Amino acid sequence: MSYSKTLLDHFNNPRNVGSLDRNDPAVGTGMVGAPACGDVMKLQVKVDPESGVIEEACFKTFGCSSAIASSSLATEWLKGRTVDEALQIRNTEIATELSLPPVKVHCSVLAEDAIRAAIADYKKKRARHEAE
Amino acid sequence: MKTPIYLDNHATTPVDPRVLEAMLPYFTTRFGNAASRNHSFGWEAEQAVKEARRKVAALIGASDREIIFTSGATESDNLAIKGAAETYGQQGDHIVTCATEHKAVLDTCKRLEKRGFRVTYLPVGRDGRIDLAELAAAITDRTILVSIMAANNEIGVLQPVREIGALCRERGVLFHTDAVQAAGKVPLDVEADSIDLASLSAHKMYGPKGVGALYVRSRNPRVQLAAQMDGGGHERAMRSGTLNVPGIVGFGEACEICRREMPEEAPRLAALRDRLKAKLEARLDEVYVNGSMEHRLPNNLNMSFAYVEGESLLMGISEVAVSSGSACTSATLQPSHVLKALGVGDELAHTSIRFGLGRFNTEEEIDYTAGRVIETVKRLRELSPLYEMAKEGVDLKKVDWGG
Repeated sequence: MSYSKTLLDHFNNPRNVGSLDRNDPAVGTGMVGAPACGDVMKLQVKVDPESGVIEEACFKTFGCSSAIASSSLATEWLKGRTVDEALQIRNTEIATELSLPPVKVHCSVLAEDAIRAAIADYKKKRARHEAE
Repeated sequence: MKTPIYLDNHATTPVDPRVLEAMLPYFTTRFGNAASRNHSFGWEAEQAVKEARRKVAALIGASDREIIFTSGATESDNLAIKGAAETYGQQGDHIVTCATEHKAVLDTCKRLEKRGFRVTYLPVGRDGRIDLAELAAAITDRTILVSIMAANNEIGVLQPVREIGALCRERGVLFHTDAVQAAGKVPLDVEADSIDLASLSAHKMYGPKGVGALYVRSRNPRVQLAAQMDGGGHERAMRSGTLNVPGIVGFGEACEICRREMPEEAPRLAALRDRLKAKLEARLDEVYVNGSMEHRLPNNLNMSFAYVEGESLLMGISEVAVSSGSACTSATLQPSHVLKALGVGDELAHTSIRFGLGRFNTEEEIDYTAGRVIETVKRLRELSPLYEMAKEGVDLKKVDWGG
């Protein structure tokens, strides 16, 4: 399988690798996939509570090069967006940007799922925080 | 040292220059059809095929007339199993094979099931070997054929061929072995091992692609196969079709070289393989060998690198050509059926790499490969949420991954 330059760049030089404190109320964590399926993505966002803008985003991924590149790209796109804008990111945009081959499109779906899971986690924590 | 480095010799091997040399005249000046009986061009080709047949037979202790040339081992497996099923179908309708066989055997058996045959797929142990007691129990008076590979193409594990052969002989059942990976790498002897049918391929032993052979026992017992290809009645009417003379000449030469050089080549490759394994184990935690190390081809190493998905590891060491049991490298998106049969969990099967060493690999290449693998596994583990969780003491088996 031959991969695009953009994909190889994200795989060889992944952006925003790391972890944030999952107990921080400003941090949302999304973990999707399963080891038995060969893909697990952990994606985290740190949101400014005043503006709702994502200040930091990071990831760790167990998976093929397309999965690693999809999550790396997702973290780049997340930074500077509001949480609502973040939910607009579609897997098809990721797949197009990385020129994913058809058999690897599921990697971009997983990245979209990870974004949604991270934002949902942040919103849940935020709601709980405000209720207290 | 030149890159890329080729360590995928179970997939195919380069043609040995000596083999190529032997083949070349048969494309140009000696181009005759081996079936042409009435001129020197034909006689010359026939003579070359005869010589090659002798060399192929000698590698496995067979006699010349027991070698049927084919297009490769997939065809040989098909001819052996379907041919025997058709010939002996009146005597019984049961075949015994094993879960880790190559698809050329498994899918052939599946097709026969559709035609009304019953097939037993023996399980293997964690070491990748079948249990002889289970084989003995599986054979019934309806069993006509046992097909068990000599060496596995993914994990290199050697089956107890001699014991299987003896058991089949005792029970009066034909024994076919897919010997593609074993032939030329470890000694095989159709007499001592009581083999009735054996599939061979030239391109796994430094010969050309597109040529293989089926050994068909001619006495004690005399095995008869229904041809699967009809035509001019070549190859004792078991396989019609004009012989691929240059390919066959190359195959013969490849067998001859393997037979002559195996005593030095096998220990050399085993030492290189052990060196690779030792280096990886010294520098990386949580790496696991898949299958028995004791009963294994000298040139195979199959390892799982926990928390690192196989395709990403292959990509990370892109200047070293190896293959993976990960679903992400297969057309079916299923992890290796061989590792599954061993009881390796899907999560570890996805992290497996097959190293297939060959005649032309050097110590320098092995050291370079070890270094690249170590570096890449470490880098990808830094990227792996599973490695992070494991280091934090999370039991990954107890995590709910939500379907």
